[in-house]
Amino acid sequence: MDVRSQVSMVFHLDKCIGCHTCSVACKNIWTDRKGAEYMWWNNVETKPGTGYPTKWEDQGIYKGGWEKRNGKVTLKGAGKRRGLTNIFYNPNLPVIDDYYEPFTYKYLDLIEAPESDDQPTARPVSLITGDPIDIKMGPNWDDDLSGSPDFARNDPNFQNLSETEQEVMFQLEKMAFFYLPRICNHCLNPACVASCPSGAIYKRGEDGVVLINQDVCRAWRMCVTACPYKKSYYNWHTGKSEKCILCFPRIEAGLAPACMHSCVGRIRYLGVLLYDASKIESAIHDDDSNLINRHLDLILDPFDEEVIREAKKNGVADSTIHAAQNSPVYKYVKEWNLALPLHPEFRTLPMLFYVPPLLPVMATLKQVDNKEQAAKMNPIAKYWDDNWLYDTSTAELWGSLDQVRFPLKYLANMFSAGDEELIKDKWKKLMAVRIHRRRATVGDVSDQKADEVLKDAGLTAEQAEGVFYLTALAKFEDRFVIPPAHREQAIEMMDFTGDAKGEIGFGFKSKIRRGI
Amino acid sequence: MEIFNDFFFIALPYVALAMFLVGSIYRYTKKGFQLSSLSSQFLEGRRLFYGSAPFHWGVVVVFTGHLISFLFPRSVLAWNSQPVRLMILEITGFVFGISMLIGLVNLFIRRYTTPRLRFVTNKMDMIVYLLLITQTFAGLWVAYNFRWGSSWFSSLLAPYLYSIFMFEPDTSSVIMLPWPVQLHIITAFVIIALIPFSRLIHFLVVPFHYIWRPYQQVRWYWNRREVRSADTPWTLQRPKNN
Repeated sequence: MDVRSQVSMVFHLDKCIGCHTCSVACKNIWTDRKGAEYMWWNNVETKPGTGYPTKWEDQGIYKGGWEKRNGKVTLKGAGKRRGLTNIFYNPNLPVIDDYYEPFTYKYLDLIEAPESDDQPTARPVSLITGDPIDIKMGPNWDDDLSGSPDFARNDPNFQNLSETEQEVMFQLEKMAFFYLPRICNHCLNPACVASCPSGAIYKRGEDGVVLINQDVCRAWRMCVTACPYKKSYYNWHTGKSEKCILCFPRIEAGLAPACMHSCVGRIRYLGVLLYDASKIESAIHDDDSNLINRHLDLILDPFDEEVIREAKKNGVADSTIHAAQNSPVYKYVKEWNLALPLHPEFRTLPMLFYVPPLLPVMATLKQVDNKEQAAKMNPIAKYWDDNWLYDTSTAELWGSLDQVRFPLKYLANMFSAGDEELIKDKWKKLMAVRIHRRRATVGDVSDQKADEVLKDAGLTAEQAEGVFYLTALAKFEDRFVIPPAHREQAIEMMDFTGDAKGEIGFGFKSKIRRGI
Repeated sequence: MEIFNDFFFIALPYVALAMFLVGSIYRYTKKGFQLSSLSSQFLEGRRLFYGSAPFHWGVVVVFTGHLISFLFPRSVLAWNSQPVRLMILEITGFVFGISMLIGLVNLFIRRYTTPRLRFVTNKMDMIVYLLLITQTFAGLWVAYNFRWGSSWFSSLLAPYLYSIFMFEPDTSSVIMLPWPVQLHIITAFVIIALIPFSRLIHFLVVPFHYIWRPYQQVRWYWNRREVRSADTPWTLQRPKNN
């Protein structure tokens, strides 16, 4: 057993309201620089949608991640042979138009435009060339299903979904969507690290944060191809790749990463997971259907005596083990079994887990007869005369689960490599917690029924209370259990973090200059 | 004339090599952030293929050819003793030289006709392009008009280069050569001198070590097994990853 610690995350998608506060917090701190304007280390996508960069999930286009062929797991679009022979021209590199051309507006024109008959306008200009442009794309151009024919209809997760299943999703009355916030997954088997010819990318042993050494990056740009989540970005100005650093200077200071700290819906949880590094290799070689199980098996019980002993032997600090025991991530992922990794079939073992969304898909629409109600109304009163009603009743135990507005398969394609039962299992649990709480607060659910539901979902009443507490009431310290940084170990702490504000990142005190 | 020859074939090579050595080591060790291939594929990803691929593969072959002729002149002469083998060598070199030239011209046109690329282009890029085009054209001109280069390089130029590296410069063979060959030599040294001051430096960091390295890399600030052990003294060595 090779016990290591990893700072991991859980995003509770039921709670995400798609406000992009996380993205803006991240942008303000890290990527508000020349060459990085187009980068959104944190971005929020509407699903169904094509995401950012466009269709990033379609590895037929971008060739990211690992693939298993004849029992061997290799990088799909990079690796030693492909990476070195394509070094002069990378055929699988997304270009800036796959993201969007960064832009700003000439606000000064509003003030300084000469007097004329027309209102002055602030024209959009490219942040690369400075020329006026017609904005064609943005990082969240398909927010809330806007431009569905171009975006949502082309979602790569529609594979294996029949025409009719897709059509149902786009019927106006039934249309539903949810948000998918994404940051770097800080994977256990990172494709970006494996693909970097210069060896500039590495995983920090102490907390598992994946970083790019800006001094060693040589712009061979293989990481951009290799990362299946497209979370490694090429800075066109400095000629270096950059990625989410999980706000490690903040984590080392005991603060939550900016995206998590600012999260309005409080959907984000951060905590330590202990895992067995010696089993990673065999885990990534398993079949698609078994990948999630193997992935979750890597995560160790932080209360287990043997695990603690082995962890200590490996130099994991007591405080880190303590943080692992209180980790909200451990609770969601292992104890309650509520969270799943995004696209496990890419085989990078992502350490960011998602609680699949239940709310947007649960409510079903049924046709009701409103005539009687309408007759009672004052004839001149305005009222909705459509006959659709959202049915959120719990009359039938799992009845509404079978009538969800999203095909299960769609979510299964995203979170469980196609395993629909796994998604259903999480939904049942989420539903059971709701029914359990309804018993406690509203009281119109009988004890017998609520207990039956809990049993069926595989949760105890205490667990359900735990899920409820962490989902609905949790305070800052509950949501972010950050292991104390050990000053004697964290070298970055010797630098004053403020020095790097507006610069390329940490470790640079001189003004950044592009190479010649 | 004497001064002219001494300047271009003795002084220039030494100045160039010194600049190359000192400059490259300085830039590699002190200015790591400015050491990058500065790929522009992200801003323009289609036309780059027709420039970058033929140019770079051409350089790989042509440069290796020059290097082999310099390191093993006798073997090259022996190989060339049969006309068929000589022709194979010459034609291969020439074809890849043409490939270089086509690639360079494509790159040059691409860089100066794509609006976005104007913002990642500096003056040194222009100098580098012009020098490389001159050098490649001169090389092709020499190969075409003064045959057979692979043979006389080994017998005339290899000794000259040896004399430079042995610090006993002997220009007797070079000064007799026609001016296009001399131009080719002079431009070569100018390019070498400019390596640390231009994007050319990226050829020094070709990531061959990737071939032997394990795919995954995990770095620890300290030796994790020892850092918490009471038996080991504190290590004060600063970690290398920062």
